[in-house]
Amino acid sequence: MNTLLIALLAVPALGAVVVALLPDRRARLVSTGFAAVTFVLSALPILARTDEYSWFAYGPGDGPPMLPWAEVDLPWVPALGLEFHLGVDGISYPLIVLTGLLTLLCCAYNRKGRALAALLLVLEIGVLGTFLALDLILFFLFFEVVLLPMYAVIAGWGGPNRRAAARKFVLYTLAGSVLLLLGVLLVVTSAGTGDLVTLTGAAELSKDTQHVAFVLLALAFAVKAPLWPLHTWLPDAHTEAPTVGSVILAGVLLKMGTYGMIRVGVGAAPEGAGWASPVLGGLAVVAIVAGALICLRQTELKRLIAYSSVGHMGFVLLGIATMSITGVQAALVGNVAHGLITGLLFFLAGTIKDRTGTGSLDLIGGLRETAPRLAGLLGFAAIASLGLPGLAGFWGEAFAVIAAVQRGGPFWLTLAAVAAVGGALTAAYFLRLLRRVTHGPATPAVAAASPAVTRIEWLAWTPLILLTLAVGVVPALVLNDTVEPLANLLGVKL
Amino acid sequence: MSIDVAGPLLPLVPLIVGLIGLVLPPGDGDRARRRLAAGLGVAGAAVALLLAVRLVLDPADDPRNVGFTLADFGYLEVRFGTFVDAAAGYVALAVTVVALFVQIYSIAYLHDDRRYAPYVAQVSLFTGAMLLVVTSSDLILMLLGWEVMGACSYLLIGHDRRLPEAPAAAVKAFLVTRVGDVGFLLGIAVLIADAESTHLGDVLTHDYSPGTLTAALLLILAGVAGKSAQFPLHTWLPDAMAGPTPISALIHAATMVAAGVYVVFRLYPLYRQSPAALATLAVMAAITILIGALSATAQDDLKRVLAWSTVSQIGYMTGALAVGSPAAALFHLLTHAAFKALLFLAAGAVIHAVGTNLMSRMGGLRTHMPVTFWSFVIGLGALAGLPPLSGFWSKENVLTAAAHATGGGETAPAWAAWVVWLAALLSVGITAWYATRLLLRTFFGVSRAYGPDGPWVVGFQDGRYRTPAVPHDPPALMRWPLILLAIPAALLGLAAFAPGFRTALELEDPHLGVAVALPMLLLAAGAGTAWWLWRAAPGADPALVLGRAEPFLAAGFRLDEVQDRFVVRPVTTLARVVTAFDTNDVDAVVMATGTGASRAGAALKAAHRLPLPAAAVAVCAAALLLGAVAWLGALA
Repeated sequence: MNTLLIALLAVPALGAVVVALLPDRRARLVSTGFAAVTFVLSALPILARTDEYSWFAYGPGDGPPMLPWAEVDLPWVPALGLEFHLGVDGISYPLIVLTGLLTLLCCAYNRKGRALAALLLVLEIGVLGTFLALDLILFFLFFEVVLLPMYAVIAGWGGPNRRAAARKFVLYTLAGSVLLLLGVLLVVTSAGTGDLVTLTGAAELSKDTQHVAFVLLALAFAVKAPLWPLHTWLPDAHTEAPTVGSVILAGVLLKMGTYGMIRVGVGAAPEGAGWASPVLGGLAVVAIVAGALICLRQTELKRLIAYSSVGHMGFVLLGIATMSITGVQAALVGNVAHGLITGLLFFLAGTIKDRTGTGSLDLIGGLRETAPRLAGLLGFAAIASLGLPGLAGFWGEAFAVIAAVQRGGPFWLTLAAVAAVGGALTAAYFLRLLRRVTHGPATPAVAAASPAVTRIEWLAWTPLILLTLAVGVVPALVLNDTVEPLANLLGVKL
Repeated sequence: MSIDVAGPLLPLVPLIVGLIGLVLPPGDGDRARRRLAAGLGVAGAAVALLLAVRLVLDPADDPRNVGFTLADFGYLEVRFGTFVDAAAGYVALAVTVVALFVQIYSIAYLHDDRRYAPYVAQVSLFTGAMLLVVTSSDLILMLLGWEVMGACSYLLIGHDRRLPEAPAAAVKAFLVTRVGDVGFLLGIAVLIADAESTHLGDVLTHDYSPGTLTAALLLILAGVAGKSAQFPLHTWLPDAMAGPTPISALIHAATMVAAGVYVVFRLYPLYRQSPAALATLAVMAAITILIGALSATAQDDLKRVLAWSTVSQIGYMTGALAVGSPAAALFHLLTHAAFKALLFLAAGAVIHAVGTNLMSRMGGLRTHMPVTFWSFVIGLGALAGLPPLSGFWSKENVLTAAAHATGGGETAPAWAAWVVWLAALLSVGITAWYATRLLLRTFFGVSRAYGPDGPWVVGFQDGRYRTPAVPHDPPALMRWPLILLAIPAALLGLAAFAPGFRTALELEDPHLGVAVALPMLLLAAGAGTAWWLWRAAPGADPALVLGRAEPFLAAGFRLDEVQDRFVVRPVTTLARVVTAFDTNDVDAVVMATGTGASRAGAALKAAHRLPLPAAAVAVCAAALLLGAVAWLGALA
């Protein structure tokens, strides 16, 4: 199993090098091959799943703070206390698989040459490393690995305003990274270790340290997630990024923020998180409503979907802010659901934009007249994204609200109510989108577009569709092994 | 088949059939594909019907927590399990019967529709979702079915591609019900959080504090108002007539609007503990009964008359629930399912024959369409409550329950019972009036199929058929559902005399006392007035007597405008403000930070290029500053 975790990072790294050296026409096949191997590897840790959390071994809540299914712990820079410590548990596993899957689909879909394919694989290293890292400094390093490849993807293959968007993306998230570095260093120096297994539960840190550390970490993750009002890099980046860039950005990069919030923020500074949770919850709800309202006014397809991410991530952060097992579980399933659904939405939006040559909602209309399959898929993705029960998006949103109600008190009940209203607004803008794009007579741009869905497109989209349905019907797929780790993380007795 | 198998299969079969159907290639005129889609849809509905029959014959008696776990959210365990007691069994039976007839009827009705396959699949999904609400023993699963229905109604109402108003009507149906669902979600969230369980059995037996309970139940009522088209969230239902007519039958008779009533019925052990919630429900019901009935009087569109009559009749059901008689509500739900399905399918036959929805272009159809005519007679008679048709018995039950509750002793306050009773009684007369008007305008008199300027221009809703020279009864696939549905529409009321049915619903013994006289008198008055008006001015619309109130009633009390002014426009304004704030303030700060940094950089760069004297001054100033800092540091 140790080699497996190393291989998870080594295979895409090797792939990136090989793909970069190959001629363009081979790039797609080879990159897909490497991504496929990585995907298979990413799914394997389930075999090492331990039952040590079982109710007989420990009373949940009083076992060791974290028991990864598989881990690698090698000294790296002993002088700095830096270890190469990787591990998988029930919290990170779904996100690792999601990363493997989305990278594979993007590599298969990518028709823009070897450089982009290589960058996708480099991105995968950073994202997987972030989800695998069990050492704070290592976490920070992987967190940073992602920045420049993403910058290159946007700046290299994006739309007309790509340079400005890429610059804004990189500078904004870099500013967040500075805060992350400060937070990480604060935690590491005051606790004397960067090991997340030891740090989880954070008995060693004083209350004040935890407060400061959580503020720094939360700000950094809030930029990445993004949380209103730190979101303004997102719409530009998404609108300009190429299709695969948008898919990876929305599908997995944003998850690094919410995952970090749970694993590092709440894990290393639980008291700080508890102290800041009302602010976090309040901002999350503002994000939900503001995101939805802004979406009602958008006239560009990809920009609308980008802003919808702000609202969805608001539900995820609301779940985290409740600091309850139910809430954080809602956040985890919301994370995965958003990755699947918004990934699919961006694939579809990118295809529609490529076919019609425009993303303007004023110019696209009547898609179901000429391309019923594409329209049906867009309808499916939009309805999934608005949180229809039975599809993946529902559980995260509904249980974030339920968790807020469970938390009780007028403040959290208000948050729950406003978040639920935000859910209705979400329906409003997605229906507006569908009405514009799919209904009515076909516009010239749509009539001229080729209606058929190609084989590669089916290949890239079908897994997302099936998983959206599967997670929607059986959310246990994502949540199966999360209760006990979260009970330990949050210090909650079941 | 064991109930632990049949119960879960009941919703699953149509749901799975629906999902398979969605993957099938769209019909596109290919006969084999159409046959496959139709076969799948009909088979799914038929299997569900058999399962429902099985469950009615041997229902479960306690809500056990069986089934399998979908997920553990903390200590909340969401399970897929079903609880089919006798009442749920009868509702499921009604749902599946109507669904089966709708599927069969649609084969002929949509015989040249190019998107027939997805349509059939969506009908299956719709049925499955309703059955999930009916049978689920878990509140989250109930919510799942509840909202999937909303989505299916959206898809089906927007089905007709040639209708400019269909997409808007579809969006409206989804959004208005979704607004109600905000309350529904919050309501069950409160129930779940307090009971620490999502299981229906736990929630119903949990001991809530009165404040919490009333708050939760009122929130749930918002969802009920949305789905069951109760005031003030009923506005989507008349517009939903843009959907194909079989869909109207499905929505009005078996699914969707029945769901809200059913959920209150299911949660009735809780509602029984909250006078405030029941009083609210009573007021809502009374207003709905009257608005629905009065709006129905002035409609020219055949389907809209029926739509408003549904609003009004669902009001009777919620009214019965409010005055403490869930049995009467459920009985009326069942009879209403029968006669409203019959009416809509018959309306489809009329529209199929004459190619228009508007009664002002019909007339004289009785001789050409005897089957349809008699279907209408039975359906409208049941709707108006004409003895011995089904609606008479169930409506009588509602009125008796309300009258009984006016004496106090029920959970709801006596005044609430008075409100319901008066509204329900008054509405008997109004219903008779508009039912008679509909029958006379459509089937009697001379044909108005030709206007003053020749044949009517084709601009109608469901008219994908060329108008036949002589209107005729529909083909067999459409005719037989009418004939078969006419049986329960006529006779289901007599089931109140069947002991098994009565005990299953916990209905009281039917007794026809002197109290029947009053509604009968009103019924005769209503029907008689309409007939007299029609006789007095042959060919003229009896609704003309409404005078200046007519456009107001035809527009449904102009509540759409109210809704537009107080909800839609504020939200769009807010959206504009927030978007402007996001661009002009939030993002502007970010951009200003960027430009600020660039400017500072440029200034520093300029500073480094200063000529010698100025540079020396700058260096000295910097040295001074550093010295000052060091000094302060030494002091500290």
